[in-house]
Amino acid sequence: MTDKERLLQYCLRQGDTHIIFGYRLGEWCSKAHILEEDIALTNIALDHMGLGNAWLERAASVDSEKRSPDDLAYRRNEREYYNLLLAEQPNGNYANTIARQFLFDVYSVLYYSELLNSADDTLAGIAGKGLKEVRYHYKHSAQWVVRLGDGTVESHKKIQEAIDDMWRFTEELFEMDETDDIIAKSGVGVDVSGLKEAWKTQVSEVLEKATLSLPDHNLSRTGSKTGVHTEHLGHILAEMQYLPRAYPDAQW
Amino acid sequence: MNMNEEELLRNFEEKIDVDQKIEPRDWMPEAYRKHLIRQISQHAHSEVIGMQPEGNWINRAPSLRAKMVLLAKIQDEAGHGLYLYSAAETLGISREEMLDQLHTLKAKYSNIFNYPTLTWADIGAVGWLVDGAAIVNQVSLQRTSYGPYSRGMIRICKEESFHQRQGYEIMAQMAQGTPEQKEMAQDALNRFWWPSMMMFGPHDSNSPNTGNALRWRIKRESNDTLRQRFIDKTVQQANVIGLTIPDPDLKWNEERGHYDFGEINWEEFYAVINGNGPCNKERIDHHKKAHEEGRWVREAALAYAEKQKQETLV
Repeated sequence: MTDKERLLQYCLRQGDTHIIFGYRLGEWCSKAHILEEDIALTNIALDHMGLGNAWLERAASVDSEKRSPDDLAYRRNEREYYNLLLAEQPNGNYANTIARQFLFDVYSVLYYSELLNSADDTLAGIAGKGLKEVRYHYKHSAQWVVRLGDGTVESHKKIQEAIDDMWRFTEELFEMDETDDIIAKSGVGVDVSGLKEAWKTQVSEVLEKATLSLPDHNLSRTGSKTGVHTEHLGHILAEMQYLPRAYPDAQW
Repeated sequence: MNMNEEELLRNFEEKIDVDQKIEPRDWMPEAYRKHLIRQISQHAHSEVIGMQPEGNWINRAPSLRAKMVLLAKIQDEAGHGLYLYSAAETLGISREEMLDQLHTLKAKYSNIFNYPTLTWADIGAVGWLVDGAAIVNQVSLQRTSYGPYSRGMIRICKEESFHQRQGYEIMAQMAQGTPEQKEMAQDALNRFWWPSMMMFGPHDSNSPNTGNALRWRIKRESNDTLRQRFIDKTVQQANVIGLTIPDPDLKWNEERGHYDFGEINWEEFYAVINGNGPCNKERIDHHKKAHEEGRWVREAALAYAEKQKQETLV
């Protein structure tokens, strides 16, 4: 693999994760429990799309096939998508969504704080913009974890179950393969394996405040780095890519 | 009516006559308050229900940019819903009451959102025609006599003009695109044209709520005046991008300086108002379902806030 191919791969992983989170959060439109929350979720969806777009622009800039960010988003199939499995998990009820976002948001703040020092100016720029946004996402989801955890008996049960369920997909956040290693060592990317302790501490603090417990199972699923996903991704792409696929010559 | 009330009414009408805004704490006739609550809550519900036909295409938006613009737009609409609910609340009705009226079909929302968005071009048509019609109405309402409503409209108009451009851009691009895209664009115009015309309401001769509303300057211009303004500007926009308005009677009238147009199907208009439109049931069911499914979240938030309050007291 050349340096460019590695950077392409690295950018796709981050970009795809944001695009798929954007998709899932967009599904909440007009379905939230109160109008203010509808606005918040759409707003967060939009931030993810903006970040996804920025990463795919950087990816496109080193792509030997000269694909555009839209080509990358709309013309790759399931096995060529590299988003974290966590991102594609269904919205479920509001607690499932909040648990999924919270576990990612804690990670995201840590990740972008490190990426600020990237040797790649574009990536450092994405981090600068992204950090402000993901801090707000974190605040939003962490507050809801606490409200739901320390709310009613029903909400406590729902958010605890949701955290337990989503936990299976968190090991993958800290996984490193050869590409990640080389990109991190060159000072361009982040050594995410080093973020795990801080992540766990912060998650634990919020869970404690929410009167919730850390999951006590060791179930774990990974696979996105080689494009092996859960069954959900195929459905997302089928819907998301339908127009550009059905009318390949059209400009939109 | 006692003398005092007559005097209050005279003061009120004097203010209206010199275009002074009526504010929440000012005295106002009950009929004025009622009319405003009906109109503003209907307007708020329209913004909120309108999120459904547009939200229908968020995940199928065909480019990253198209998706971001649509998300931003829908978020704006939800924001407009919020200002408008707040404006209505200044008149002494709560948001819960308004939602209850929506769910029990006592409150209406714009008929146009009872039509489905079937293709991506419909998202263009909604932005171009529906927001275009809404702007004509809202620009006029910036001068409405009730202060909070007027200020809300000024804020909303700024964002709506961006929405209309977004819709027109989609239509223009499709109208100049592949034959299939052009067909979709024309089809969307065919389906949305007449319902957009209906957005201005019945003819002036047949509009039960117009009298007092004009006298008290809630409405500043009549339904027919606003509709004509919309037609005149939109026909030209259609011509520019090579789409045909689906009205064989549409013709420039030199003498009037306006377009003449065909008769609106009022039977359809009243059928949709009375619940028999393509998506009336779906729209309300969807809103009720989301509201019902969110009950436990609202309860949790309330319970948590209550606990916090207790802790602060201790």
